[in-house]
Amino acid sequence: MTAGLPGDGPGDGDVRWYDDAAGPVVRPYAMTRGRTRIADGAGLDLIAVVVAEDPAGRPAAALADQTLSPEHLDIVDLTEGLPRSVAELAAGLDLPVGVVRVLVGDLVHAGLVRVTRPVPPAELPDESILRVVIDGLRAL
Amino acid sequence: MRLLRADRGRTRPAPAPVALKLLVAGGFGVGKTTLVGAVSEIRPLHTEELLTEAGRPVDDTAGVEGKRTTTVAMDFGRITLRDDLVLYLFGTPGQDRFWFLWDELARGALGAVVLADTRRLQDCFAAVDYFERRSIPFTLAVNCFDGADRYPEDDVRAALDLDPGVPVILCDAREKESVKGVLVSVVEQRFAELAHRAG
Repeated sequence: MTAGLPGDGPGDGDVRWYDDAAGPVVRPYAMTRGRTRIADGAGLDLIAVVVAEDPAGRPAAALADQTLSPEHLDIVDLTEGLPRSVAELAAGLDLPVGVVRVLVGDLVHAGLVRVTRPVPPAELPDESILRVVIDGLRAL
Repeated sequence: MRLLRADRGRTRPAPAPVALKLLVAGGFGVGKTTLVGAVSEIRPLHTEELLTEAGRPVDDTAGVEGKRTTTVAMDFGRITLRDDLVLYLFGTPGQDRFWFLWDELARGALGAVVLADTRRLQDCFAAVDYFERRSIPFTLAVNCFDGADRYPEDDVRAALDLDPGVPVILCDAREKESVKGVLVSVVEQRFAELAHRAG
């Protein structure tokens, strides 16, 4: 998606004014049709876990939905049977976190993925979970 | 993408795990990503957040009025503690002016590591201040760079005016064992807090 540096290759006549530093040529939010917020207004945490709905339980119409982009389908594909955090999806798809949030929001709306939100800060994990964390870290 | 696919293949269905996060803060070049990489089961992943909101008071764009978006980079790692329990480590953006991004990162975090370099101790003031104000438990980890002078923990504590309850640990961000100790000390603070609350 990005072009080479100006002067790439011999006899490269057309001078390009952009290079890798200019970032992707498709503006990231073009994939979200300009939306920077997801429909239900709730922010998706970086560690909210996304998992694809079981294929049997998916609305048949949803996958045929022509408004879904390849990136939407990539997310469904990546989370099939393997839960992924929003941060991991962003890194894996090389998309900004904000874009992934919007795309995941669409997929939730379409019934194609489920999102498990992390433990809310007001109710941090209980002692037994923290004990597992401490023991688990020591055992690494 | 390849990386995400690489660890596929486990049998499904996988229940969504409980996800927890710890933050790793500190000045630019202090070794945050190195520390994350020392304990992460995956090579630290890189992600970017595009900031589009206008009028953020801390984002001083005077002189670049045409600029509407800023990219902030974060590196993070993952430790699977149990099938249903995953810990994420997020390196916070080094630039002070992206503090507002920390708010989102910090929400729900178990705690934080503030990584310091004694040659540039002032670089971690902002992070110490941030976590103190929000009562987020943190451990001050001094990354012992080769060739840097070693200072006793008490000197570091005094220089940063840390509360007596804040652990100060000399560490090597490249060494797994060393980093494990730092992370355990962060979670133990949260544990003690809960135990105290429960009476």
